[in-house]
Formats: sequence, structure tokens, C-alpha cells
Amino acid sequence: MNAQFSNEQQKLLHDIGILDFVVVELTEFLDTHPNDRNALEYFNHYNRMSDQAKKEYAKKFGPLTIALASESDCNNWDWATLPMPWEGGCV
Amino acid sequence: MWNYERRLQYPVNIKDSNANLAQVIISQYGGPDGEMGASMRYLSQRYACPYREVSAILTDIGTEELAHLEMVATIVHQLTKDLSMDEIEASGFRNYYVDHTVGIWPQAAGGVPFNACEFQSKGDIITDLMEDMAAEQKARTTYDNILRLIHDNDVCEPIRFLRQREVVHFQRFGEALRIVQDNLNSKNFYAFNPGFDCDECAGKK
Repeated sequence: MNAQFSNEQQKLLHDIGILDFVVVELTEFLDTHPNDRNALEYFNHYNRMSDQAKKEYAKKFGPLTIALASESDCNNWDWATLPMPWEGGCV
Repeated sequence: MWNYERRLQYPVNIKDSNANLAQVIISQYGGPDGEMGASMRYLSQRYACPYREVSAILTDIGTEELAHLEMVATIVHQLTKDLSMDEIEASGFRNYYVDHTVGIWPQAAGGVPFNACEFQSKGDIITDLMEDMAAEQKARTTYDNILRLIHDNDVCEPIRFLRQREVVHFQRFGEALRIVQDNLNSKNFYAFNPGFDCDECAGKK
């Protein structure tokens, strides 16, 4: 656990981990089952939730990707100064 | 083209150092069945694959393996970053320490450096997918072997996650092989190499 992370930040990062795992799993399933409409609906649902959670995270705690770097209200380039994933804290 | 996402695919939060464990887990970074070989294998094999669904699965699994590579590096890093000189001297980790301190470098548990000969890119998608299925099983066995050596739940959990992904990827590569065979003559799948001999037979658009 990273001491620099608040409870709210830990919780949101945890949720992103779960949502994005579903997205990865369904991406790979759809690659070999591209005509499975149920899987595609499931994918769209979780992909939107994951996108939304990452946007919320970027706004509150800084960007997880460069694509989300403009969502942050911070005036500094926090991409350079936020903790790296191997420091722990991704619970 | 790739983008970096600044988080791990599955959380790694290890509190206690363990030099001996780090030394065996590093095999999944740069060892014969490790994540470096896995990612380079699938990402390199894509170009000679004439079926788009199969290129897609090689791309997406190859990309996920890069996330696994980062998880394994993180496990080794967290197991070693706070080691004292006494702990290093008392463990087998001294041999690694002398060349890399506590940096991350791709090698097998036995000290053999990472080598591209640990994977193939044969330019024949049937051959490549057979290798990929075997590779997932070999990595699964390695994770099973590692799990028998772990007595710390902080290390166990991410290793169990990685082991489970090997099983899922084995399944996906099996489906990819079926897609390739569905495009070929079932009387002789090996009549030609669909990535080399015949663009039209291979259904290239």
C-alpha cells in the first residue's frame, strides 16, 4: 500500500483494475469470437465504465495515460511526478 | 504503436524482503518460459500471420504479456529493494547483486541471460500457434513450481493471477488454431504455408 494514496484513491484504482480486467478478458475473447453479440454488448458496457472511471481518476488524482493528461486540474506536469506502479499502492 | 498505462494489471504490494524468492521469480522476467520471451514471441509472430482475428489475438495477448513483465519486475523489485548487506551475503542473491545491485535485469533463475533463442517466430502460423500453446503451458508449470516455494500471501496472490492468465491464453491460442484450420483444407492442413505460399488460398483480402 502506498502511503501517499488516500482511501478514495485506493478504492478508485482498485475499481479500475477490476473494470479493465474485464475489458482485457473480453477483448481477447472477442478476437477469436468476433461475431458473439452478447460478448460485444458486455464489452461495450464495461469499456464505457472503465473509461469513465479512468477519467474520474485523472481529474482527481492525475492521469494514468497521456491521453487523459488534459483531464487533470493540476497546473503542473504531474505525469512526471506521480508515483510509479512498482512503488505499490495499486490495491 | 503502444501507450503506457501508469498502473499494474494486478496489484503488487509486498512488505517483506526475500532474496531467495526474488532469485527464482526473476525467471519469469527473463527465463526460458518468462514474460519477456512470451511478449516478444507473440508480437514477432504477427507479421507472417494471414488471418486478422489471429493477428489480433497475437497483438492483444502479446500486449498483456508486457503488463505481466512489469508485474514480475515489480515483485522482484519489492522483494529486493530493502535487502541489507547481511541478507544479501547470507542468500544466494550475492551473485546477482555483484553485477546488478538490486536493479532488474532479464535472466533465468540459474543466471542464464535472456536470449531470443528461447522463442521462435517460424513464419508458419500453424507452427507458431503450436509453440504458443506449449509456451503457455510451460509458463503455467513454472508458476506452479514458484507457488510451491512461496509462503508469503503478498507474493502468492499476483503469482496466482499470472498463472491463471496462462490458462486463459492457452484456450485463446487453441481457438486461434481452430480459426486457421477452418480456413485450410481439412484433408491436409500442411499442403502449403498460408503466410507464404498462396495469398488467395489463405483468404487474404
